[in-house]
Amino acid sequence: MSFFSDATLARFEREAAKYPAEQRQSAVMACLSIIQQEQGHVSQAAEVALAAVLGMAPIAVHEVTTFYNMYNQQPVGRYKLNVCTNLPCQLREGQTALDHVCKRLGVEPYGSTTDGVFTVQPSECLGACADAPVMLVNDREMLSFMREERLDELLAMCAAEAATATAKSGQ
Amino acid sequence: MSTLDLSKFKATGLETCFHGRHIEPQIYAGLNGANWHLQDYVARGGYVALRRILTGLLPDGTQGEPMTPEQLIAEVKASGLRGRGGAGFPTGLKWSFMPRALPVQKYLVCNSDEGEPGTCKDRDILMFNPHAVIEGMAIAAYAMGISVGYNYIHGEIFEVYERFEAALEEARAAGFLGNNILGSSHSFQLHAHHGFGAYICGEETALLESLEGKKGQPRFKPPFPASFGLYGKPTTINNTETFAAVPWIIRHGGEAYLKVGKPNNGGTKIFSMVGDVERPGNYEVPMGTPFSTLLELAGGVKGGRKLKAVIPGGSSAPVLPAHLMMACTMDYDSIAKAGSMLGSGAVIVMDETRCMVKSLLRLSYFYQHESCGQCTPCREGTGWLWRMVQRIEHGEGRPEDLAMLDNVAENIMGRTICALGDAAAMPVRAMLKHFRDEFAYHIEHKTCQVSVPA
Ligand SMILES: NC(=O)C1=CN([C@@H]2O[C@H](COP(=O)(O)OP(=O)(O)OC[C@H]3O[C@@H](n4cnc5c(N)ncnc54)[C@H](O)[C@@H]3O)[C@@H](O)[C@H]2O)C=CC1
Ligand SMILES: Cc1cc2nc3c(=O)[nH]c(=O)nc-3n(C[C@H](O)[C@H](O)[C@H](O)COP(=O)(O)O)c2cc1C
Ligand code: SF4
Ligand code: FES
Repeated sequence: MSFFSDATLARFEREAAKYPAEQRQSAVMACLSIIQQEQGHVSQAAEVALAAVLGMAPIAVHEVTTFYNMYNQQPVGRYKLNVCTNLPCQLREGQTALDHVCKRLGVEPYGSTTDGVFTVQPSECLGACADAPVMLVNDREMLSFMREERLDELLAMCAAEAATATAKSGQ
Repeated sequence: MSTLDLSKFKATGLETCFHGRHIEPQIYAGLNGANWHLQDYVARGGYVALRRILTGLLPDGTQGEPMTPEQLIAEVKASGLRGRGGAGFPTGLKWSFMPRALPVQKYLVCNSDEGEPGTCKDRDILMFNPHAVIEGMAIAAYAMGISVGYNYIHGEIFEVYERFEAALEEARAAGFLGNNILGSSHSFQLHAHHGFGAYICGEETALLESLEGKKGQPRFKPPFPASFGLYGKPTTINNTETFAAVPWIIRHGGEAYLKVGKPNNGGTKIFSMVGDVERPGNYEVPMGTPFSTLLELAGGVKGGRKLKAVIPGGSSAPVLPAHLMMACTMDYDSIAKAGSMLGSGAVIVMDETRCMVKSLLRLSYFYQHESCGQCTPCREGTGWLWRMVQRIEHGEGRPEDLAMLDNVAENIMGRTICALGDAAAMPVRAMLKHFRDEFAYHIEHKTCQVSVPA
């Protein structure tokens, strides 16, 4: 049995089709991000399996996973929250937003809550500076103007969703 | 996987793009967030330029001659369009370097890896007017005899990547991309590629490595991408805003574009006004607009405070004190004359309450974090700079640190493969040049001179 489902393999092929047939390696970044979206992080087993799909050496995949900041090499919380603290954001409460989230969740930067619901990371420029403070959720959704009340509302929504999901899976 | 609907926390573009406070906008004209689709773009006069060059059909319905690639490049040269990615290299000239007739696969690449702290203009172009970039790229591809292109989009703005892919589908379905566009002999396949969190991939050769599925480590230049680019083939790379400017130039003519700006600085430019302004956002204005006007558009300094300093071209640009900045107009030449650079178009505004040591500390942390590690002066030097600034900020600075900072920065400059080394060094040197007293005060008094801590 293949490591990846047919649906996942189809997603990989859609990416690989963008490049010349002899350059399938070009799709590695997109495929790794698909893996992360589906599995939460990029495991070594996934790297090896992807290497086979794209016809590249496993170490070459690993080099990519480790070079780019957004790949999770370890499991992260159900919600990975990245808060930009670079200078333009720092001037508009970016650091304050990070501090607030950490305090509310009782974690240090880069830490996860013990229930596995949240991981909080400071990050470099997300490319949304005029919306500061900004936060990227699970690599794919950019949230803007995240001052304290909105942060609190967000954290409550995420926690409630996680609780519902746990209750459902427990049934 | 979570299915939580987070849309209420997302930006709508109202604050940054549809605020109606642009001056003679070209790229952002008439946008409202809902009208990004192909049919809306066509209603705004979109794809007229592409049709005109390929088929000769003029906007008024009369039939003229198609444009030759030579005529096209001449028009872009006449426009005075300069690269909007930061270096301001003349676009027409860059296009003319492409060995157009060489019978090998050639590539066109759009640099949408916008990661220069302070910059978010390309995001709004791609999100709210993606077809302007697609049309600009299709025109550029024709001018240089290129049949395949990629748009490399900053990984952190994933929704923008998805939007661009949706726009590509529309353009393919309408026959503006693909084989034999509009019945001509021009074929152009365009695809989107996303990054995943590495500032260095905005550097064009690092971007090419990344596009090849590798670590994004810059290559030596020369050879420039025009001779050795993607997969080793001739490649032209331009910034998102550069491509988005092209349809307007073809529709209205290069001369008209040049006239909008000032000599050697054609057209409009989008500035991301960030930091201590009342209304942060993107503002599209003619090149050569006084900085004071731009500041006014952004509502002035936040809270009516006094302007202290401005970093006029993204975090890599040297800082300028208020009095020098207030005398500038917003174009490549004026800002260069004042000792900084127009760069990516991010204007980081700092008011009188800001501590320059603390500000530099955050930037120095960023550059040592993002150094790709290939060159010793950059890898070691950026870490050294950061540790020294940190020492000074935390009251542990030594009197000799100022000279040492200058010395380390000087020794990084010009000794590295790519410009990231310079980008780390220039802010340090400019801060010391203009705000030396503040650093010296920190060292001597082990505390901050600025009364209200930043
Ligand atoms: N937009 C953003 O997010 C960021 C922008 N930057 C900007 O990047 C700039 C530096 O970029 P570089 O690419 O290192 O500048 P560069 O001066 O080496 O090149 C500029 C462009 O002109 C081309 N070029 C220059 N000389 C050429 C020649 N003789 N033959 C053929 N082509 C030639 C290059 O290939 C490149 O496309 C900085 O000024 C900075 O403002 C830096 C960081 C981020
Ligand atoms: C460290 C570094 C990061 C860069 N990041 C970007 C970027 O995000 N976007 C961009 O268009 N150019 C960026 N550049 C400049 C590119 O190398 C290149 O000059 C530009 O894409 C050329 O396009 P243009 O001529 O249209 O400006 C960067 C340069 C350096 C040294
Ligand atoms: S200057 Fe820095 S970022 Fe650029 S190639 Fe050298 S080590 Fe890498
Ligand atoms: S500096 Fe925070 S998003 Fe750009």
